[in-house]
This record gives sequence, C-alpha cells and structure tokens, in this order.
Amino acid sequence: MKLTLWTYEGPPHIGAMRVATAMKDVHYVLHAPQGDTYADLLFTMIERLPYRPPVTYSTFKAQDLGKDTAVLFKNAVADAYQRFKPNAILVGASCTAELIQDDPGGLGEALNLPIPVIPLELPAYQKKENWGSAETFYQVVRCLNNDNEEVPEKNPLTCNILGPSALGFRHKDDVKEISTLLESLGLKINVIAPLGASVSDIKDLKKAAFNVLLYPETGRLVAEYLFKKFGQPHTKTFPYGVSGTKKFISEICQIAGIEKDLSKIQTFFNKSNKSEWYSRSVDSNYLTNKRVFIFGDATHVIGAAHVAKKELGFDVVGVGTYSREFAREVRSLGEEFKVDALITDDYLQVEKEIKRLQPELILGSQMERHIAKKLNIASAVISAPMHVQDFPCRYSPQLGFEGANVLFDTWIHPLIMGLEEHLLTMFRDDFEFNDETVASHLASEHKIDKEGKKISVSGTESIEIGLVWETDAEKELKKIPFFVRGKAKKNTEKFAVEKGYKKISIGTLYDAKAHYAR
Amino acid sequence: MINQTIAPSVTTNVNNTQHPSSCKTKNSLSGISVKLEKESGQREVFCGLTGIVWLHRKMKDAFFLVVGSRTCAHLIQSAAGVMIFAEPRFGTAIIDERDLAGLADVNDELERVVTDLLACRPDIKTLFLVGSCPSEVIKLDLARSAEKLSEKYLDQGIKVLNYSGSGIETTFTEGEDACLTTLASNLIKKTNNPTDSCDLLVVGALADIVEDQMRRIFDDMGLKKVTFFPPDSTKEDVLISPQTKFILAQPFLSETSKELERVGLERIPALFPFGAEGTKDWFMMAGRAFGIEDTRISSAIGPAYKRATDVVKKFRDVFSGKRFFFFPDSQLEISLARFFSNELGAVLEEVGTPYLNKGLLQKELSSLPTGTLVTEGQNVEEQLQRCFKAKPDLTVCGLGLANPLEAKDISTKWSIELVFSPIHGFEQVSELLSIFAKPSLRRQKLDFSVSSHEESFL
Repeated sequence: MKLTLWTYEGPPHIGAMRVATAMKDVHYVLHAPQGDTYADLLFTMIERLPYRPPVTYSTFKAQDLGKDTAVLFKNAVADAYQRFKPNAILVGASCTAELIQDDPGGLGEALNLPIPVIPLELPAYQKKENWGSAETFYQVVRCLNNDNEEVPEKNPLTCNILGPSALGFRHKDDVKEISTLLESLGLKINVIAPLGASVSDIKDLKKAAFNVLLYPETGRLVAEYLFKKFGQPHTKTFPYGVSGTKKFISEICQIAGIEKDLSKIQTFFNKSNKSEWYSRSVDSNYLTNKRVFIFGDATHVIGAAHVAKKELGFDVVGVGTYSREFAREVRSLGEEFKVDALITDDYLQVEKEIKRLQPELILGSQMERHIAKKLNIASAVISAPMHVQDFPCRYSPQLGFEGANVLFDTWIHPLIMGLEEHLLTMFRDDFEFNDETVASHLASEHKIDKEGKKISVSGTESIEIGLVWETDAEKELKKIPFFVRGKAKKNTEKFAVEKGYKKISIGTLYDAKAHYAR
Repeated sequence: MINQTIAPSVTTNVNNTQHPSSCKTKNSLSGISVKLEKESGQREVFCGLTGIVWLHRKMKDAFFLVVGSRTCAHLIQSAAGVMIFAEPRFGTAIIDERDLAGLADVNDELERVVTDLLACRPDIKTLFLVGSCPSEVIKLDLARSAEKLSEKYLDQGIKVLNYSGSGIETTFTEGEDACLTTLASNLIKKTNNPTDSCDLLVVGALADIVEDQMRRIFDDMGLKKVTFFPPDSTKEDVLISPQTKFILAQPFLSETSKELERVGLERIPALFPFGAEGTKDWFMMAGRAFGIEDTRISSAIGPAYKRATDVVKKFRDVFSGKRFFFFPDSQLEISLARFFSNELGAVLEEVGTPYLNKGLLQKELSSLPTGTLVTEGQNVEEQLQRCFKAKPDLTVCGLGLANPLEAKDISTKWSIELVFSPIHGFEQVSELLSIFAKPSLRRQKLDFSVSSHEESFL
C-alpha cells in the first residue's frame, strides 16, 4: 500500500482507452462500476474531443456482486456491438472488476460476434497507464495479424508510423510534421497507428518495409513484434531537436536504403528551421549555462536533455522520469550527463529534488509546472501528463525541424530575456526592479501568500541550519538581483559549509562567487 | 443506497435482459403529478469519491484518505483538475498486488500509511478513511481500522472516521451524504442543558459566504442559535437538545437525514434554498417550525428576497420558454428544474436524477409542472438519443458528455460547477442564473461569419 497525493499516470485501462479512442472503428467494453466513467472527461475536456471515447462501461453496483455481474458485462458487449457496429471489440476489466474475476475475454468470446473480440489483461494493481497503452496496442496488432502468416512483397520506400495515441503530448502535430519530413525524403507512409488507424489498417501494417517508432512508451512492443513476425526493422532515434532530427534522417536513409541527398536535406532544413540561428544569435548569450531540471516520460526527457545541453547551451542539473519501464534508459542518460537520475512517481520527491537543485528552468509535465509555480521558477511542459492548455489551438509539434523551433520558443519564453536581464542588473536599485515586481510577462508569479507577503524561495532566510549571515553580508546579498539571489545564497551557504564556516561575511559571499564562476 | 421513506410505487421489470434500460411505470403519490420513470444501464456519472473535492475545502482540519486503487487517485485528480496544486488534504492509499496476494497485511499497511501521514501533517484533526470499490470488494473493514486508529490517536486529539465513497455504493453527491452521516454520528452530542445546544441545525456543505448570509437572516428572525453542519472545524462537538430541529440545505442527504432523525431530531420539510421562491420557502418553514410569525420572517428575508426576485425578473427573457434537459448527476436536478420552470418559465423536457428520495423531495416534486418527465437512474445511450430528439435549448450534464453534445450543437452546462460554486440562498440567485445563462449568451455573442457589407471588401 502506498500513499499517493497526485499521480503521473492513470491506471492501465486508461492506456487502453487512449489506444481505442485513437483508432477509427474499434469499441472498448470495460467491466467497471459507474465512477470509472470519469475517464471520458480526460478526452472530452482535456483533449477537447468533440465525440465520446468509444467506450462502454458495464456499470455494476454492489447489489450485482456475486449475482449477475457477468451477465451485465455480456449484455454490455452485445449492446455495444448492436449500437456502434465496430469492426473489433476490445474487452477488459478495470481495477474493481479485476477483483471479481468475471473473465471478460471469455464472456466476450462466448457471444460469437462476427468481429474479432480482443481480450485485454491489464493488471491494475501492478501496472500503469503507459504500460496499458503499449499492451493494448500490442494485443490489437497481434490479434488482428495472428492468422496472417505470409509476408508480402514490400516496397522498400514504405513505412508505418507507430506510437501516436489519443491524449498524447502533441502526437497529432508530431505525426503531421514527421509525415511531411518522411514524404520529402521520398517515402510513402503505409499506416499510422494507433492514431487514426482502422482494423483493416492494422492488418495492413505488414505491407511496409520498416517502422518509424515515434513513441516507444506506446509502440515499442508492437515494433518488436512486427520485427519478429514480418521482419520489419524499426527506427531507434527520436527526431527531437535539430540534431535529433538530422540523426533520424540518417537512420531513415540507412534503413530505407536511400542515398542521403545532403543538399536536398539542407534546403529542407533551411526552409523549416530557425532555432539553430536563434540559439546562435547574441541575445541567446544569456541562455548559457542556465540551470535546467528535466522530468517527464523517458522519451521526452532524453530528447530534452540533449537539446537543452547542446542546442541551447543550458546546464542540465538533473533528469528523471516517472516511467519505471524506462528507468534504465534514463539512468544511463544521468551517467552521460553526470547527474543523478531520479526515478520516481512521487511528486513530493520531485519537488524536494527541485528545491535542492534550485534550477532556473524546469522542463517537465503538468505536475512540474505546478511545482514551478509554487516555487516561483520558470517552466515549460515537455511531456504528459497534461492539462487542457497543453493542447494548443495552433500547430505546435515537438518533433522535426519545426518542432525544434517550437521547443526554442516554449522553453525560452518563460525565462527573463537576455536584454531584459542586462537591464535589470543595470537598474536593479530602481523601484520597478525590486523584489515585489516580477517581469511583466510572468503574470502568474504575482502571487501573494496568506500573510500578504510574496511567496519566494529567493528570500534571504538561511536554508542551511547553523549558519549565520553577518548583517553586512546579508545587505550585500540583497543587492543581488532577486532572480539569481536564491542561487547565490545557496552557493554561498554550500561553500561555507564545505569550508566549515559558521558565519558568512561579505568575503565569504565573494569567495563563493569566485568559486562557482562559470 | 437511498432508502425510500415512502413505499415505492414503482415496479421493476425483472425480465430486462432484452432491454437493460427501460422499466417504466406511472407514479401515484398524492400531490405529485410528475411522470416518474426508472432506467438502468450504463451510467455517465461520478462516484461518491468526488465529494472529497469540496468537502476537504469545507472542513479545514480534515484529511480524506481514500483506500483504493490508482483509478481512485486518478479520478479525484481529474475531477479536481482545476484546483491549485497545493499540498492537498486528500490522498489515496493505493492497494497493490502485495496487499491482494496476502504478502502484506492490509490493515497493518493502512496503519503504516496513516502513521506516516499524520506524522507530517500536525494540522489534521479528523482523518476520514474513505472506502472505494476495490476496498469494498475485498471486504476491507475500514470501520474496524478507524476504531483502532482512533484509539491510537486519542491522546493527540485526532479522530479517525470512515465512510464509503465507492462507485458501487454511491453516486457523486451521495459521497457527501455518507461522509456527513458518519460525522453526525460522531460529532453530534445530546445535552440536557438547552443553553449550550443549538436550536436549528442547517445540514449540507455550504460556502462560508452563504452560511454568513443565512446566519444574518436567521438572526433577524430571532433565531440566534443556528449551527451549520458540517462545521468548519471538526474539533468541537455539535450540541443538540430535544428542542433542536434540523433543515437540509442539500437535497441529497437521505442517510444523514435518517441518522439525525434516529438521534431524535425533527426534520423541517421545505423546498431547497435554490432560487428566490425556494429560498423563501426554506426560511419560512424554518421560522415557522420555531413559532416565529410570518410577518417577522417576511421582514427578515424582505430585502434579500426582493433582490433575488429582481434578478430573476432580469433573466426571465433569457430563460422563458427555453427547453431544459437534465442528465442525472448531482441530485440537484429536481430542485433546479423546479426553480427554472416555476420562476423563469423554462420548459422541462426531461429531469434525470441518479436517485430519487421521494420523501425528502416530496415538496419539490409536487412543485413541478404536471406531467414533467422525471427519470431515476440512467441508460446513457438511450438518454442521449432522447436528448438528440428533443433538441433542448440547454442540457445540464457531466463533463464527459458536454463537449460531444456541444459538437452536435446542443448547448450544455456542466453540472459539476453546481457543486463547486455557491448557488444557495437569495444572494446567489444571480450566480445561479449567470451560470446557466452563460452558454446561451456566449452562443449569441460568438460570430465567425462575414456580413454582406464586409464581404464586398474581400
């Protein structure tokens, strides 16, 4: 038993819903009590889908237990088939129904429907949402291709795109961006799945020469299955950022056996990417070594760490993920970046780590955005879980060259701009630039706590216990612009502790400043 | 489950395998002339756990610990999606495979979680262990755990109580009912000294501002000893004497009401305090129960009642003749339907409610226009078909259905807003009307077309 206040992932049947909702003509019958219908609002409110997810809940009550819950489920499947006429039905149980062991798979099969009935076994007390979507996608592909032994003649220039689902972080825009990129390389896209795929599309997956695996969280199992079953290789590069996309292009060319037309790629790049130039422009000097903490699903975290370090010149001070299935990948990222990798689904632990590291920017999920708001730190969302605002109205992919532009904008805008930072230093004693005034574009930071004081982690109260700031040193500390004061204070105290000082003088402050200069 | 205080006049069609949905009957209660129908099938409603979202804000020293699954945690988080991510006073003790396989003793595990939690939250005075679907299916005895933990924390003045918010037992607002039932049996104490006790107990979680307004009116009426339940702080007992009477502020408090009657309190029947007339009736009945003269009550509510009726007049044009369709959700549907029909002239296509306690709602039901279709329970697919067919001007429904209905050009109001925003009493009539007027005002305002005059410049 584990105490949880906020969760990063829902239960595994939510993952199954993401696959079913992404697809065109399947229906998911979930053996579940009435409250589980809350899941619909994730799709209709957060993603603003204009239709209900294709899900029927058997809606059993306490009085049905031990009597006819199985009949209820069977009727729900039969009704759903009659009403929605899907081309395949997924059947499964939510956490409560798992306990009553009605065997939804067997019950669904017993109806002898003229369409495939795909049973889903999603252990709700062990697994979570992303695992559920991967497993569901896999079961769908496996069941629909089971009797499908012959491997057809393949056009080497065709590929599938695997992984995008409903309620995915920018999946729809990413698919559009990557499709354009693939087509510009002369490739033909056979099937995109699960997003927008029909039952017959799933049966056609084998017709492609290889698979583009966009999101391993959802698609890795399927990619491995298709490799084994139909000999389709799959991509391993995440086309995130400029260099990620370039590597992705190289990998595609290699798998498809096409000659890399460098000048054509360069023209495409020049036409679609600005982030490289923006990052080189003088204003971006201020981005150098900004301390950034990155947390989210593994794929986005790994991508973001590389872009943050190499394409924006940030200093990555911490990385982590909530997906235990990908802990190994993120741990090795930590080794590569010489930082500890935080593998946890406890947001309080993430908050603690952020407080410890005092980053200037947090790249994370909706959860980290809330932590950032509370701690008054700039942040941008790079990964699920999401909020309604993470489904922007405008086209804003994360992948490909345009995606790199979007990353530049969304990560940089929360920070105080270069020129602005320069001016703030010059005029820091002017009344507009005191602690109570925050940069005009950071309206959300005008937060007042109960006592009427501004909530701030950049105050001058000592974090380290047993250390005393001398009055002069404290005065000097207050002269440091408020947005870097927290860091200066923390560094000074860390320095003082290391040196075994009990008091911090002006000298200590400047010694520490020299010590940490970069 | 709601206990029907009046013998049910509804017969259930047992042979419902063909049609899991409709089992229809007419009702023959005296004074009630609505058409009552029962429906069963797939529901699109929240479970009782949702109530935690507003209950924890009301009781500022209480923590709600759901003993359940990841789904429970995800549900509350999603329902509370709009809330600030502070350190919440609710959480979920997630049962895992070790607990189910018997590798860990669930009761010991729960005790460990509670101990850890209380150690870092000294502000907590009452801990609610909230039962869920999984905890009930595995027959976890939370009452025993609560008792045991209460003993353990007696010295520290922390109470541990339990109730069920599970979806197999409760729908949406029934969670508040279950919570208040438990709290009532724990906090309400009899005294023989009438000076210590309250005269009137107002039952149902209300916003602080609404309580203050009500208290001022009761004060003017000469009713000085009014206690609101649940209280802001769960530390102190609520003292009652044989003279104490109670009035419900929410229509969904069946079990709480029964518990209060069990300890000997008399319930004051009235319309519920929604709209100018509902609130007026509520105050009138409360006052009369204590022998206060009508003139005094009228003068106490006078200014506020006038403000409320003025607001109603302003909005009459917006709602008059507009056809309403209520999906079952919060159990506020019948009271709200009564308000919009009687005071605003709205037409009721269908009034759905997850459960119907005809006893508590008798006055509301008999205030509805003759022949109003009231459906208890739900078969969401069938109901959606009826809604599409009726093409109502405004549909009140849960969050899962709102956008899909809007996409079919059916104007909607999410019912969850009704439990999160203050809508009770005279001064909130304007809020209540604004909430319902907004969808149509917005529709009138939005314009993506180009006029023929502008067209000539294109």
